[in-house]
Amino acid sequence: MNMVESTVSVGAPAIRPIRARLTLTVLGFGALTIVTCLLAPLVGSTSISLARVFDRSIPFSDNVDAQIFFIARMPRVLAGAVTGAALAAAGVVFQAMLRNPLATPFTLGVSAGASLGAMSAIVLGAAVSFGPIAVVPLASLLGAAIAAAIVYRLATLRDRAMSTTVLLLAGVTLNSFFSALILFLQYIANFAQVYRAMRWVMGDLDVGSFQPILAALPLIVIAFVLFALLPSSLNLLSVGTDAATARGVDVARAQRLSFVSASLATAAAVSLAGPIGFVGIVVPHLVRLLVGVDHRVVLPASALFGAAFLVACDVGARTLLAPLEIPVGVITALLGGPFFLWLLVRRG
Amino acid sequence: MAAGSTRLTRRAVVVLIAIAAIVARGVDPRAAEAPKRIVSLVPALTEMLYAIGAGPQVVGVSSFDDFPPQVKSLPRVGALVDPDMERILSLRPDLVIVYGSQTTVETQLARAGIRAYNYRHAGLAGIFSTIRDLGRTVGRERESERLAQQIQQRLDSVQARVATQPKIRTLLVFERDLGSLRGLYASGGVGFMHDILLIAGGTNVFADVPREAVQPSVETILARAPSAILEVRPTGLPRERIPDERRVWDSLPSIPAVRDGRIRIVTDDYLVTPGPRVAQAAEAIARLIHPEAFK
Repeated sequence: MNMVESTVSVGAPAIRPIRARLTLTVLGFGALTIVTCLLAPLVGSTSISLARVFDRSIPFSDNVDAQIFFIARMPRVLAGAVTGAALAAAGVVFQAMLRNPLATPFTLGVSAGASLGAMSAIVLGAAVSFGPIAVVPLASLLGAAIAAAIVYRLATLRDRAMSTTVLLLAGVTLNSFFSALILFLQYIANFAQVYRAMRWVMGDLDVGSFQPILAALPLIVIAFVLFALLPSSLNLLSVGTDAATARGVDVARAQRLSFVSASLATAAAVSLAGPIGFVGIVVPHLVRLLVGVDHRVVLPASALFGAAFLVACDVGARTLLAPLEIPVGVITALLGGPFFLWLLVRRG
Repeated sequence: MAAGSTRLTRRAVVVLIAIAAIVARGVDPRAAEAPKRIVSLVPALTEMLYAIGAGPQVVGVSSFDDFPPQVKSLPRVGALVDPDMERILSLRPDLVIVYGSQTTVETQLARAGIRAYNYRHAGLAGIFSTIRDLGRTVGRERESERLAQQIQQRLDSVQARVATQPKIRTLLVFERDLGSLRGLYASGGVGFMHDILLIAGGTNVFADVPREAVQPSVETILARAPSAILEVRPTGLPRERIPDERRVWDSLPSIPAVRDGRIRIVTDDYLVTPGPRVAQAAEAIARLIHPEAFK
């Protein structure tokens, strides 16, 4: 089924008009995402009774089943969907803009900046008092913003258009520079802090309430509004800046828009759930294999599929070894890595 | 002739045995002189040394040592991940107390001809065996035996005090992010903190997990429904933030501990130190979860 679809779409993109293909894809992937998100809260480390969950006669403060459903599982599923969509879409944008299939949302140092921020909050956080506000997500968002600002400044220093080479090199360098700072912080931290920081890096969707999601959501919404402006220019950018210019694309503007929107989505996702790997590279490639290379289709399909993928991975994370949890980043890597390799080989 | 050679052989054997005995005495660590200059990389064991009267022999401690107060003036030689070998050697120790995992340090010490005492962490029982073993090593057997008995007596009296109280299902938290329930580490069913909790009249909601630390999800915490939450967080939590941190639990109202307001957050360092103050820690925890038994 998938094979047929992908052959049709890759082989003869012009046969079916774009609007019909987009509708079909969005409906298909949308249905998958909705089904996943509806099924995911039904399973977990504990067995709960759905009848009790929705039993209004028991006050909420006494209804453990309802609390497990609404406080533990629903926010978790939602966090997974939001994070998965943001990371997968950011991956698509970075891959097109850098014209590099190996680019991920973390290539340009955003996640290293976020990790440094989170690590600083874990090690030094007690020194700054914010009342009952979670400092780690805030600090990681700040770290991500600083990293993105540095890379952006460097890449636009000489020219109005961004140099992908400078972007990549600056990103890689910033990644190792921040890693060095992280190592230093770990060195001066105590064991418990190092442990917690390591756990943060593995990614975690157990947000515990809707509030952290609401905090990240405005940034993600802005990012997706910007994403909506991108697809046609991404199609041309991914061919080359000269080709894009020749077709009347304002390359500098398109690049900046791509960089800002994808960085924003990544920063918000990482501050919400930690740097969960592989979503931003496996999902876009899978989607391209299924629906072809047109970004007008790939971008929304990747966002939807990324949401379903991460939610499904998190179901594994919280049930496989229950009552112990497997960090969700470990699951995405364990699933994503081999699957991606298999796809590469099969394709070749 | 034959008789003479036999006598000679017999004499030779006697002499050889005597020499062997002397040599053996020389290498027998128990018979060796008690160490005069001890460097300790393990704070809990530094405390033990002072508690059995070997304090005057301690010449260097780890960067985390702060008890008893006398250690504050001693040279610092790093800790688990960053032992400063140069400084250790410069203190000319004849015994260095290291963690079991510090094999590199041990090898280096062996090359320098310095004895190493290898410490491995193993629950409450491990504290007693370490005290006795350490006493033998530093020539303070009687003192260490007395200390072990004192601790045992105190633990017994704590246990007796709460014996008639109902066991409280407790969630014992070691760490979490400030202002949220994320990055939470709790005690599993292994380790001296778990053992102390049982003596203090509690049961551990994660007793079935055979690990020292568990990272439970919000769902698991809700499902385990602890009657008391005890957070022992010696690092990184200023006292003035405790009320705010306690309120973080309000997001899980069905937990009996939250409903009944049985959430205690303490920051004292000694509560998590597997050393001679373990009975004090047990008593403090008993007072927290059974305040009525101490009225």
